[in-house]
Amino acid sequence: MPEASEAEIMDHQHQGTTTARELPMARSMCWHCQSEVTGEYLCGQCVKVQPLSKDLDYFACFQLPRLLNIDEQQLEQTFYELSRTFHPDFYSTKDESEKAISLGNSAFLNAGYRTLKDPIQRAEYLIRLEAGAVKDIRSNPPADLFEEILELQETLETFRQLAPNGPSSDLEALRIKLQDEREHLEKRQAEMEASLQNKFKEWDQLQGCAPLPSQAREEKNTLLRDMQEILSNRTYVRNMVNDLLETTG
Amino acid sequence: MSRIVGIDLGTTNSLVAFMDQAGPHVIPGPDGQTKVPSIVGLTDNGLIVGDPAKAHLIRDPSRTIYSVKRFMGRGLDDVKDELQYFPYHLHEKNGVIRIEIGDKTYSPPQVSAMILKELKRRAEEYLKEDISKAVITVPAYFNDSQRQATKDAGLIAGLEVLRIINEPTAASLAYGLQNKTQGLIAIYDLGGGTFDISILKLKDGIFEVLATNGDTHLGGDDLDQRLVDVLVDDISQTQGVKVGEYPEWMQTVRLEAERVKVRLSDEIQTMAVIELPTGTYEKMWTRENMETLVMDLVERTLAPCRYALKDAGLTVSQIDEVILVGGSTRMPLVWRKVEELFGKKPHSELNPDEVVALGAAVQADILGGHTKDLLLLDVTPLSLGIETMGGVMSALIRRNTTIPTSAKEMFTTYVDGQTSVDIHILQGERELVKDNRSLARFQLKLPPLPAGVPRVEVNFLIDANGILHVTARDIRTGEAQSVQVKPSHGLTDDEVEVMIRDSFQFAAEDIKVRQVIEARNEANAIIVATEKALVRGTNLIHGKEAEGIRRILQQLGEVKEGDDHRLIRAKIAEVEKTTHHLAEVLMDATLKEALENKKLSDVIK
Repeated sequence: MPEASEAEIMDHQHQGTTTARELPMARSMCWHCQSEVTGEYLCGQCVKVQPLSKDLDYFACFQLPRLLNIDEQQLEQTFYELSRTFHPDFYSTKDESEKAISLGNSAFLNAGYRTLKDPIQRAEYLIRLEAGAVKDIRSNPPADLFEEILELQETLETFRQLAPNGPSSDLEALRIKLQDEREHLEKRQAEMEASLQNKFKEWDQLQGCAPLPSQAREEKNTLLRDMQEILSNRTYVRNMVNDLLETTG
Repeated sequence: MSRIVGIDLGTTNSLVAFMDQAGPHVIPGPDGQTKVPSIVGLTDNGLIVGDPAKAHLIRDPSRTIYSVKRFMGRGLDDVKDELQYFPYHLHEKNGVIRIEIGDKTYSPPQVSAMILKELKRRAEEYLKEDISKAVITVPAYFNDSQRQATKDAGLIAGLEVLRIINEPTAASLAYGLQNKTQGLIAIYDLGGGTFDISILKLKDGIFEVLATNGDTHLGGDDLDQRLVDVLVDDISQTQGVKVGEYPEWMQTVRLEAERVKVRLSDEIQTMAVIELPTGTYEKMWTRENMETLVMDLVERTLAPCRYALKDAGLTVSQIDEVILVGGSTRMPLVWRKVEELFGKKPHSELNPDEVVALGAAVQADILGGHTKDLLLLDVTPLSLGIETMGGVMSALIRRNTTIPTSAKEMFTTYVDGQTSVDIHILQGERELVKDNRSLARFQLKLPPLPAGVPRVEVNFLIDANGILHVTARDIRTGEAQSVQVKPSHGLTDDEVEVMIRDSFQFAAEDIKVRQVIEARNEANAIIVATEKALVRGTNLIHGKEAEGIRRILQQLGEVKEGDDHRLIRAKIAEVEKTTHHLAEVLMDATLKEALENKKLSDVIK
């Protein structure tokens, strides 16, 4: 369901309950005492927790630049610190509005940590964040990969049909063939990941140059497209590998 | 702020604990025992819970409920393989199991509520204050329906359940508090009816669960059952009777099987002794016998351990500590298997029966705002998704996602003028809907518009209890939509409401029943004592006086069978008054006897 996942990513706010959604969301004004919020997450006047801004993305939430190689120690540390600020455990004795905000903020924080912790999810998320600038990102695999996987799936189906009949030389031959194919695909997956790693580095270097010359913008868009392509191909390969592993052991 | 207690609502035993400055403590009953057997019995005089109900089990098995936790949040189909092992009758209504005992029908949350009330009463007596708030533990691998059922049980018992917390993580809190452990730990929790494995990262007071796995139908009960099956065969053969046809005998065998299993954890061999009307069965059992019987069950716990490690992205060698929790981990076989798998000696310094309740008390203290340096970040054990075309489940929230967590899904129409969309929520790891757990269904109302125009966003939120909440919003109008979720295997809000009311009514009855039982016990004791006194005092009082005492004693004997405790008390007082003289005479006689039989020097000394 691409529509939903897009909506989920692009609409960064994540209200837990109706109560949170109906609260005034002006970031600069405390929903409770209406004074100006000077602290980052808590009102300086009444110390009530504030709902995270609608415009906040995961990178900003974790105070990280939009890079693809990040300091994982720092990510974890920020996650723990923010958890201590937002977790519902610390709002158990507070009123319903505060409970709702804590729940919403925590859910966002947890989703952010999960996304940024994993290098692949991190890249996929970043691409979607930056996608506004990139047109025609293709999400179908190239024809040759597509055909290869289709063929493998047919072989796998034959294997699945034969398997319940007990061991046979045909089945064994198929198993060996499928295992070979799997090893081949695993190698390809590793190659894709290595090339992704290089692209990540390129991206991080580009992000380092500021201000952006128009040429760099062009370069970034190309890079985003490339990464998207590799990521999507990798997903196909990985799913196939998992299927093979599950069926042939 | 009133005190919050921590409750371990177990399959076979339940405990209640609280925390003070010194740390968490399990609350003992009047007899000093901390465990309350999770057994409820219906007697002619009302409900009994715990140890008295355990005694009742052999006398009246069809009216005694045990292991009710196995039925929480489940339908009849889920437990059909184990039905033969339960002496009471079950049926299903609206997807929820109902237990028939006597002429009454109870849902599993109602029965659990009876156990919770007993724990609540115990805590109130011990702490000398009203208890209305609690943290209740559940197996980490419990699904949404099972958690909701536990929460309902709390409500019915008159408890505000501030948090449902996972048993292994509760245990980790108790350990973390004790020795300030840091690093990666595995909690292996084999209880009476369930198995959990949780992998945690402990760092600076944060307890982050990385992955959890388990089996909600694997525990000490199942180990006992293996021995029961063998014993029943053996007895049936040697004594030429079909033990299986007598529920009372089956319970006698079951209780002895449990005791034999427990003894074999400390001893190499032990004698099983079972007294039945057909004769006494005696046979020596060795630990080796027992281990052979349950080997495959214990080995069944190892696969979930491997899955949890894989989900956590860890290998066994990275685990710093393995902690054993749950009564069944006392078996040496479990220790060996766990050690083989993890390649290091597991440990269990804290009493494995009590550690979960202790941890629940710690969590209660965190929620109460007293403990501020500890924070538990738990996960949802199972993937959550919805049914899509072709009977396939589409996952929205993956298993082992840190909670609270939410996912959004946009829904629209496929036909012009369509006014509703049916949504089926599922939990599980399989691809096909039929292989996963159906949690609930609801209908989304839409305005009659051309296909694809309506856009309703549904938000699936799993809260810190691991319980799902669904909200919906019309994207075009921005308005919130009410969602009436119908649980597949849960009580509706209305049903819970009725049960809470019933429960208050029961409470009044329960107090009455308790008072009657107490008065009756006292009457019985007085009758026995007075009859003895009458025998001893035959020659010391007038025949007329003795006759008077006998008459009033007989009256007490009649009154005590009634249901009016005040009448019994009044009669007891009357007996005491009437026997006053007899008591004095006997006392004198005793003193005289003592003096006569001893030298003066002895008496003065």
